[in-house]
Amino acid sequence: MLSHLAFGDTGWGDELATGVFVTASLALCTLPIGLFAGFLLSLAKQSGDRLLFVSANVYTTIFRGLPELLTLFLVYFGVNSALKSMSDATGLPDIALSSFVSGMVALGFVFAAFASEVFLSAFRAIPKGQYEGASALGLGYATTMRLVIFPQLIRIALPGLANLWMNLLKDTALVSVIGLADILRQAQIAARVTREPFLFFGTAIGLYLALTLISSIAIGGIDRWSKRGEAAR
Amino acid sequence: MTDVFVSSSAPDTGTRRRIGPAGIVFASVWAIVAVGIVLYILRNWNPDLFSRYGLPYLEGLWVTVTLVLASFACGAVVSLPVALARMADTRFVRVPAFVFVYFFRGSPLIAQIFLVYYGFGEFRAFFETIGLWWFFREAWFCALFSLALNSAAYQAEILRGAIESVPKGQWEGGRSLGLSRTVIFFKVVLPQAMIVALRPYANEIILMIKASAIVAIITVYDLFGITRQAYSRTFDIQTYVWAAVLYLVLVEVLRRLTNLAEARLTRHLKR
Repeated sequence: MLSHLAFGDTGWGDELATGVFVTASLALCTLPIGLFAGFLLSLAKQSGDRLLFVSANVYTTIFRGLPELLTLFLVYFGVNSALKSMSDATGLPDIALSSFVSGMVALGFVFAAFASEVFLSAFRAIPKGQYEGASALGLGYATTMRLVIFPQLIRIALPGLANLWMNLLKDTALVSVIGLADILRQAQIAARVTREPFLFFGTAIGLYLALTLISSIAIGGIDRWSKRGEAAR
Repeated sequence: MTDVFVSSSAPDTGTRRRIGPAGIVFASVWAIVAVGIVLYILRNWNPDLFSRYGLPYLEGLWVTVTLVLASFACGAVVSLPVALARMADTRFVRVPAFVFVYFFRGSPLIAQIFLVYYGFGEFRAFFETIGLWWFFREAWFCALFSLALNSAAYQAEILRGAIESVPKGQWEGGRSLGLSRTVIFFKVVLPQAMIVALRPYANEIILMIKASAIVAIITVYDLFGITRQAYSRTFDIQTYVWAAVLYLVLVEVLRRLTNLAEARLTRHLKR
C-alpha cells in the first residue's frame, strides 16, 4: 500500500511533493502582501481622518465576517466575470485570474483584515513615552518609526501574526477547490485514481502538520531574534 | 485610545488633518464597489431568481446554523475531558491530549472533512459490523463529526486557558471549606472560568460558521451549498453576493449577542 507514495512513475510521491511546493509558495507569496496591507490598515484605523477610519473598519468587518471560501469564490468568479465583461466591452484580449492569483488575492484580503487588528493592538501596547522620548532626542517621524517603534511593534505583534500565518497555511487548502494543484488537490487526484482515500488524505494531513511544525520552529527563531535586546535589561 | 496615539505620534505635523487624500481614495473605492454591486443587481434584476432560490437560501441558512450549533455542543462535551487531560500531572495522559489538539489545530479542516467523508468509506465493512455505517454514510453526519472534533480541539485550549486563569486561591478556599474537588471545579472554578472564556467561545462559534461553508464541498446543502448550486445553474454572481450578506448578518448578530451576554455575566463586577 505504501508503494503508492513512492516517487517516480509508479507512485504519487513526486506529485505530492509538487503539491507541498505549491502550498508553501502560495502561503509565502500571500504573506508579504497581507502584512503590508494589514499594516497600512492599522495606520488607517488610528488616523484622525474620519473617512479613512470608517473605510478601514468597513473593510475589516467584511473580510473578517465572510467565510474564506466565499471570499475566494467571490474573487475567482466575480473578478473574472468582471474582467470578461470589461474585455468584451473594450475588445481587448481576455485576461483571467488564475486560481493561484485568485487565492493570493482572497487570502491576502483576509490576512490583511486580521493582521490590521493585531498591529492595532500592538501599537496601543507601546507607551506614549516612547514617542515623547524619541521626540525629545530630536528624531523625526520616519526615524522614530524605524528605530524606536517598529522593533517593539514586531516583538508585541509576533504571537498574533504567527497565529495568522498558521491560519493562512491551512487556508491555502481551500484554493484546491478552485483547481490549484496544491497538497490537497494532488491527494484528491491520487485518492480517486488509486482508490486509497484514507492513505492519501492522511498523508496530506501529515504534510500540513509537518509544514505547521516547521513554521512553529521558524517562528520560535524569529521570536528569539526579536527579543535579542531584552536580555540586556 | 485611538486619539491618544495619533496626537502623540504626529507631533511634528502640527495640525491633524480631518480628511486627507488617502481617506478619499479608500472611501471612493468602497463607494465604487458598492455602486457597482447595486447597479449590477438592478441591471440583472430577476424576480424569478428570488422565487426560485429565496426559500432554499433560508433553508440553507438553517442547515448552517443547526450544523454549527450541533457541532459546537458536541465539541464542548468532548473538549472538557481533553482540557482536563491537557492539565493532568501524568505525562501518559497529557501527551495523547496534546497530540489530539495538535492534530486538529495543525491541519486544515477541509482535509479532515475529506479524510472522514472519503477515507472512512474504505472501512465500510468495519463500520457495518459495529453498526455505525448509517452515520458515516451521510455527508451531514460526516460534517458534524469532523466539525465537532475540530472544534473540540480549539475549545479544549480555550477551556484550559480559562481554567488556568482562575487563581489557585479559589481551589484552596474551596478546600478549606471542605468541598470535594468535583464540587470546587463545577461550582467555584468553572463559573469564573466561563467569564474569561465567553469571548473566545463566541469567536470560536463565528470561526465555525465561516468554516462550515466547507461542508458544501462534500454535498451538504448548507447556505454555501445552495449558493454554489444556484450559481452553477444561473452563472449569476449575485448569488454569491446574497450569500455574503446573509453570512455577514449572521456573524454580526452573534457579535451583538456576545456583547449582551458579557454585560449580563459580568454585571456583579460593575460598580
